[in-house]
Amino acid sequence: MPGEKAFGLALALEIFPQVLLDGIVLGFMYALIALGYTMVYGVLEFINFAHSEIFVLGAFVGVEVLLLLESSGQLATLHPAMILALVIFAGMAISGLAAMALERVAYRPLLGGPRLVALISAIGASFFLQDGLRLFESLWRNTFYLSYPTLPFLDSHLPLTEALVMPVKSLLVIITALATLVGLYFFVNKSKLGMAIRAVAQNPETAALMGVAVKRVIALTFFVGGALGGLAGVLFGIHYSLVNPYSGFIPGLKAFTAAVLGGIGNIPGAMVGGMLLGLLEAFAASYLSILTDGAFGAEYKDVVAFLALILILIFRPRGLLGETVRESKA
Amino acid sequence: MKQPLALAGLCLYIGASSALAYFFPQSVLAFLSVEAALLLLYWAPVSQGARVVLGAVVLLLLLPWLGTLNAYYLEIAVQIGIFVALALGLNIVVGFVGLLNLGFVAFFAIGAYLWAIFGSPHANQFIPGGLFPLSPNWFFVFLLLSVGVGALTGIVLGLPVLRLRGDYLAIVTLGFAEVVRALVNNLDMPINLTNGPRGITPIGKPPLFFKPLLQWLGLDLSDAALYPLYFYFLVLLVVCVIIAVTLRLENSRIGRAWKAIRDDEVAALAMGVPVVRMKLLGFAVGASFASAVGVLFAAKQVFINPESFTFMESIGVLAMVILGGMGSIPGAILGATGVTILNLQLLKGLSLWLNGLRQSGAVLSLPLLGELSLAHLPAQFEPAKYERMVFGLILIVMMIFRPQGILPARQQKK
Repeated sequence: MPGEKAFGLALALEIFPQVLLDGIVLGFMYALIALGYTMVYGVLEFINFAHSEIFVLGAFVGVEVLLLLESSGQLATLHPAMILALVIFAGMAISGLAAMALERVAYRPLLGGPRLVALISAIGASFFLQDGLRLFESLWRNTFYLSYPTLPFLDSHLPLTEALVMPVKSLLVIITALATLVGLYFFVNKSKLGMAIRAVAQNPETAALMGVAVKRVIALTFFVGGALGGLAGVLFGIHYSLVNPYSGFIPGLKAFTAAVLGGIGNIPGAMVGGMLLGLLEAFAASYLSILTDGAFGAEYKDVVAFLALILILIFRPRGLLGETVRESKA
Repeated sequence: MKQPLALAGLCLYIGASSALAYFFPQSVLAFLSVEAALLLLYWAPVSQGARVVLGAVVLLLLLPWLGTLNAYYLEIAVQIGIFVALALGLNIVVGFVGLLNLGFVAFFAIGAYLWAIFGSPHANQFIPGGLFPLSPNWFFVFLLLSVGVGALTGIVLGLPVLRLRGDYLAIVTLGFAEVVRALVNNLDMPINLTNGPRGITPIGKPPLFFKPLLQWLGLDLSDAALYPLYFYFLVLLVVCVIIAVTLRLENSRIGRAWKAIRDDEVAALAMGVPVVRMKLLGFAVGASFASAVGVLFAAKQVFINPESFTFMESIGVLAMVILGGMGSIPGAILGATGVTILNLQLLKGLSLWLNGLRQSGAVLSLPLLGELSLAHLPAQFEPAKYERMVFGLILIVMMIFRPQGILPARQQKK
């Protein structure tokens, strides 16, 4: 019926700005996580499968810090900016250190061996960390489904237009992520350590000959990637509020998809890929049911994301912006 | 000189362990000792003939007989059999061809849903005529059909992605499994194909075509008593067929081509091995095994829902293959048995024991921590829920210390 079609179109137009905003928030989240995958892939050529748990660890550190502040009564007295800085710093530091420890224990002994071996070890680490987190929270709080305490200063909305309200939470995600991405750009491209990371990614042997301490650079890369993942975790927790040890799996998989989408090993690629995937997913979630008259709904957003991955790999196996990894040594 | 001694020892051990299981039919340990007999049989220095005869005695007579004393034994044996078959299928893909497939459970799910949809009244919802459930005799047709469907799905998925680098393939297969699970979970709308998260039940069981024969022999067992035994022998048969097929493949041109690809793809290509076609073949064979086992699983469970086909299962099967030894057939069998027993018996047993302690309110005195009352042990702490941790540890520890597995594949003698 033409009337119904017109109604669908009107609805589609009306929700467009909101969907766009959701997509951008999700996109920044994926971009932050994807950077961890892509940087590690750049220096080691291997998928750090446990990165999704590093991300969840960040979310858990965030909730623990907030709950501790709450129980000591400081959540109401401290300045909001102070609280945010504390939570974000703690999440980034602990996730970064955990990623470094992971590299030391589970990956370094396997360097130079077949790739499959390291990947399997990473999968093992991912599973171990999931249940490790669960074990810790079960013993510590007797539950492993935690929710972020409400922060009043984050629960307000900025009405931008009549149709579009901007939650302060979303604004926080966008601003923090943007600032971090700019910072990362300067770190990688302008600082000496960033140059060392790029050198190792290009060719570890030559970098070693030029006096770069390759192992330390690899550890540093894990730290930076892990810290970005931890930041994403804290932002994820603040934005969606509920976390459990297994909530990293799907976002991790999506973020990896984003990294591949942009071209693995490619830092700007991870940002572009993350943003694209976030938008794609938000639009799929809202528009699939409008497009198909309710036959397929938001529950197919994961299917759309993975189909996108498969299609990209078939038609553009090196990603949108191209891979920047060295030719694999046979 | 050593042989008769070893043979006598083995027979003695088998007799003693089955006597143990006979007198303590509730004991998990007694049953484990019977299962260990098979492992001893593999290692003992006896002739091939004695090994086959003793193995047949244990598998065909002892285990079913013990199963009539305690049906739980048969249940475990059937579970083990299903996982052994899955592990053998994945072993071809990961162990022989060297492709990491993280979505193996998807093929298992496809087989299971194939029989679940048509072997239950569910298909009436979208095919008019009231033809369903199909008669039990169709079970065997579907068992064969699932081999074809599994292989076809494997090829359809493999065709676009097998040209990719190994680690991309791992992620794509993982994504594929998630897509299959999402579809199974959500295809109760707009047409109700899978009944969504509610699952499908009752799924038809295989036909008892031999019942007249048993009656003629004077054995009048009820259906309820017959089915566990029937499934046991059916699974045993399927596992034997899979082992036979795998062995034949391994020692053929195809098997050698697979191993050449695994060891060095570029060299294999240079020697004229059709790499992509061989990879596809390996992918398809593994998928068809999983799919056939899925049909069996659906018939055994009577009820299936998407919960049985999560990423956990894929990793569980991978852990089995890696624990036993990639590319090794006895290894895959041992790994599947070990992990299944660990999961079904040891972890569950530990949970029950801890719960018992908790309820008894016992107090544990630890040297450094002082007195710890077990009644205060958090209720959330249950070993049976930590299978991920166990799988994770298996994977890391094996990769670092013994990447070739417990029973590594023997190098080809030349």
